[in-house]
Amino acid sequence: MSTNNVIEAQGLTKRYNGVAVVKGISFSVARGEIFGLLGPNGAGKTTTILMLLGLSDISDGQARVLGHDPVREPLAVKRRVGYLPDQVGFYDNLSASDNLRYTARLMGLERDERERRIASSLDHVGLADVADRPVDTFSRGMRQRLGLAEILMKEAQIAVLDEPTSGLDPQATAELLQIIRNLKNRNVSVLLSSHLLDRVQSICDRVALFNEGNIALLGTVAELGRQVLGIGYYVDVEAEGQGVAEKLKAVPGVKSVESVGTNHARIYAERDVRSDAAAAIVGNGGKLLRLSVETPSLDQIYNKYFENVSGGRYAA
Amino acid sequence: MQREGSALHGLGVVILKELSDHLTSVRMRVLEWLVVLFALAALYGAIQQIRETTAEDPFLFLKLFTTAREPLPFTFVSFLTILVPLVAIGMGFDAVNGEHNRRTLSRILSQPIYRDALLFGKFLAGLFTLSVSLLALWLLVIGLGLFLLGLPPSGEELARAFIFLFVTIAYAGVWLALAMLCSIIFRSAATAALVALGLWLFLTLIWPALAPAIVIAFAPSSDEETLILAAQYLARLSPSNLFGEVVLALLNPTTRTLGPVYLSQLQGAVLGAPMPLGESLIIAWPQIVGLVAGTILLFVGGYVIFQRQEVRA
Repeated sequence: MSTNNVIEAQGLTKRYNGVAVVKGISFSVARGEIFGLLGPNGAGKTTTILMLLGLSDISDGQARVLGHDPVREPLAVKRRVGYLPDQVGFYDNLSASDNLRYTARLMGLERDERERRIASSLDHVGLADVADRPVDTFSRGMRQRLGLAEILMKEAQIAVLDEPTSGLDPQATAELLQIIRNLKNRNVSVLLSSHLLDRVQSICDRVALFNEGNIALLGTVAELGRQVLGIGYYVDVEAEGQGVAEKLKAVPGVKSVESVGTNHARIYAERDVRSDAAAAIVGNGGKLLRLSVETPSLDQIYNKYFENVSGGRYAA
Repeated sequence: MQREGSALHGLGVVILKELSDHLTSVRMRVLEWLVVLFALAALYGAIQQIRETTAEDPFLFLKLFTTAREPLPFTFVSFLTILVPLVAIGMGFDAVNGEHNRRTLSRILSQPIYRDALLFGKFLAGLFTLSVSLLALWLLVIGLGLFLLGLPPSGEELARAFIFLFVTIAYAGVWLALAMLCSIIFRSAATAALVALGLWLFLTLIWPALAPAIVIAFAPSSDEETLILAAQYLARLSPSNLFGEVVLALLNPTTRTLGPVYLSQLQGAVLGAPMPLGESLIIAWPQIVGLVAGTILLFVGGYVIFQRQEVRA
């Protein structure tokens, strides 16, 4: 077991009344990594999270969170891990800071430390102005940010976020994702679940794609793209010159070249082929106007994968 | 499997939070005013009645609790019998499902505490709030009695009244535990409240009347004594019934037995002579233990279910 991994799951299984909803999954999360659990609702993401936190019994297999067993040492795990549940709730009659005060007391923080951390965490998520307003006046996005403030206050080493962006407008989502990135900069590992793929893609280092209690795919987005679509990168090329397309096709790693318009082509490739493509064009006397790279979107991977599964070609 | 750390870690924090919730909630204030007003009405009636009859009674002060202004049947005790369960249910019916529905449960349980602390904290805070309210009410009655009757209670009367206070708290505990059990079983607060209130009505009003009918319908014996005893035992499943019996023994010192009176018990007895406090306590002891045991049983039932419950909404 690597010491660099903060979460390790081995054959993690959850059965309700004999029916397995999580079927022996294994994965690990490294320190400082943002790891995404993706998949449709009911695929077992939340159950997995609850098992890792010691909030739900583990039917089979084992988990280690920061070296602790969530079943036997739930307090040690819960002291070091912050959790933002799906549609987090607060005591509506209490103010934002009073809500945090209650959880800070449960964490056992001393008074001075408590007040210092509450103030700084509320400030960090941009809620300092409304710290004394009752939470029932808060919007959904503000509640989610308050939930993140709680994790900051805890100075957790791992933040577990269940559907952090669901139901948020684009601006609130962007703000929230920025706070999550800041967590990573503080060397906090983040485990987040979501069914909103494009937003998650932008911040996850690695993702695990859930399907009916199994992890169907696991890796970086580019790796998944290679596995499912057979390509890892799209390169958009605008270039003037003779026979550009043929030259590009000859570049190693290029799967296919599609003409999108005059002097505009899209390359599907296994790897980032920008420098080779540029060399090929310029070496041929062409004029390179634009060269940009994109990884395939998780949406595409996801849809393609489930198409394959339902088409019966993919034995999951 | 051994868990690390104390199960009650964080208990004090939960108790303080729940207490402040109870003491500041509008619901609690309404219930308290309801109790105080009804109790004062009953007390006023009792004082009027006592003044008119002016009987020679060594336990006149205790009559405050058990006398009704004729022709109305409402005594202070009968009001408590009805209203204490109402207040206790009002405090407990959304204890756990309220956290579920506000979606605070998983967030709170992801803090370094066990579920035990949350449930114990909620129960103890509820019981403490009830105790404080009942103590205030009790002091109010004693004070008004002193003031309006102009008669100081004797030491024994105070002792009996104090045990009565304790038993009332235990009686409140039964209903609080029942309401919390409902709040654990039923995800909807309205369902939990309705079921708890339904059980309260059934056990308080219907069961005492139903018990003899059940015995007559099913008892194999036609011996009258067996029938009466069986009906009485069955009726004692109702906490209200137990409470009524304890009150009878405690506040009415001439009570010699809570069951049928046998001839052997009457031999050498001076009818109408009061029993010493110790004897009265012995008579009511099984009922007192029954109330406390009922509280513990209901709480443990809720505890076991809560421990096995999934936290996800």
